[in-house]
Amino acid sequence: MPSYYIPSEKKSQQQEELLAALQAKFADSLVESAIVSGEVAITIKKESVLAVFKELRDNAKFLFKQLMDIVAIDYPERDERFEVVYLLLSLDNNLRLRVKINIAEEFIVDSLSSIYSNSDWLEREVYDMFGIYFGEHKDLRRILTDFGFEGSPLRKDFPLSGFVEVEFNEELQRVVYKPVELNQAYREFTSENPWMGEAQVDTFNYLNKKAKAD
Amino acid sequence: MGLNTNVAKLLEGQNQDAILKQNDLPKSNFFTTQIDTVVNMIRANSIWPMTFGLACCAIEMMQAYTSRYDLDRLGSMPRPSPRQADLIIVAGTLTNKMAPAYRRVYDQMAEPRYVISMGSCANSGGYYSYSYSVVRGCDKITPVDVYVPGCPPTAEALLYGLFQLQKKIKRTGKLWR
Repeated sequence: MPSYYIPSEKKSQQQEELLAALQAKFADSLVESAIVSGEVAITIKKESVLAVFKELRDNAKFLFKQLMDIVAIDYPERDERFEVVYLLLSLDNNLRLRVKINIAEEFIVDSLSSIYSNSDWLEREVYDMFGIYFGEHKDLRRILTDFGFEGSPLRKDFPLSGFVEVEFNEELQRVVYKPVELNQAYREFTSENPWMGEAQVDTFNYLNKKAKAD
Repeated sequence: MGLNTNVAKLLEGQNQDAILKQNDLPKSNFFTTQIDTVVNMIRANSIWPMTFGLACCAIEMMQAYTSRYDLDRLGSMPRPSPRQADLIIVAGTLTNKMAPAYRRVYDQMAEPRYVISMGSCANSGGYYSYSYSVVRGCDKITPVDVYVPGCPPTAEALLYGLFQLQKKIKRTGKLWR
């Protein structure tokens, strides 16, 4: 994998030190740890979230006092399909850290709201988009999607166009929901031939492969 | 709008000159016209738009309000209340969650009211046409008078849209309907 961001020598030395400190400190909760594309990234055990983050915030070696973001990624082919990624920043040490956990669909992640107060909304967003539950969260409800929305839109098995659309109803004199109805089905365009639909792309690939084999 | 309408029927010459002299405003002190024409002229030149910026199109809309394009010179001043507004410029992506609120704002506006749909998203859903959360065109929620295409449309494009609306008001506006 190419490294797009190449840190300075001083920076990479700092990162090496951080990685060594992390490996020493969290020997029994680390699953994986490496410097990927010039950024320190660790994977921890899903049960040890609270203990690890408390240490990351308070330990003088780390001082990751800012939680920049929480995001999740859906890998439907994995046994533990979701990867929750926490992005941390330490202004004191001028360092960034990426912490990941792998969880299955029904696993309840420990909420970070006792450690980082801004995790409230970030966790709500992850809950909204992926349906990942956070235990001990005071107010776990949807944050962005429509009132009464059903489903988790960023899961890979959620249909692109969803299930409902809105329309103004003249008889009822209000905006009503109805099943989604598309005038034209969605088409995947390729850079090779922007006019080909999905079915035609398969033929195109097949012909390409055949031409190469011949 | 016109002065004495007999002018058009007269041929060039002394008679016409005489009539034209009569219509010399400082001297004659009055002129005749239709009440609809005057009312339409007034309405077309004081369109007060409701501020309804939903996404990036709002930036171009704000450009149009500021001194370079200056909608004030058309008598357009953004109003924060639908009760005072004649026009609503839907500037940006209209989401499912926003749709009932948009309809409510539209319903609160007093007649005569007009709608400009600004940008691809408001016209048809545009880039988000296949999304699970976006209305496929704000004309599914309210009637629309002028569609301004673009992503986002430039401030000039919005200005042109407003000129078209002025034309429409002058052409079709009625005092009593």
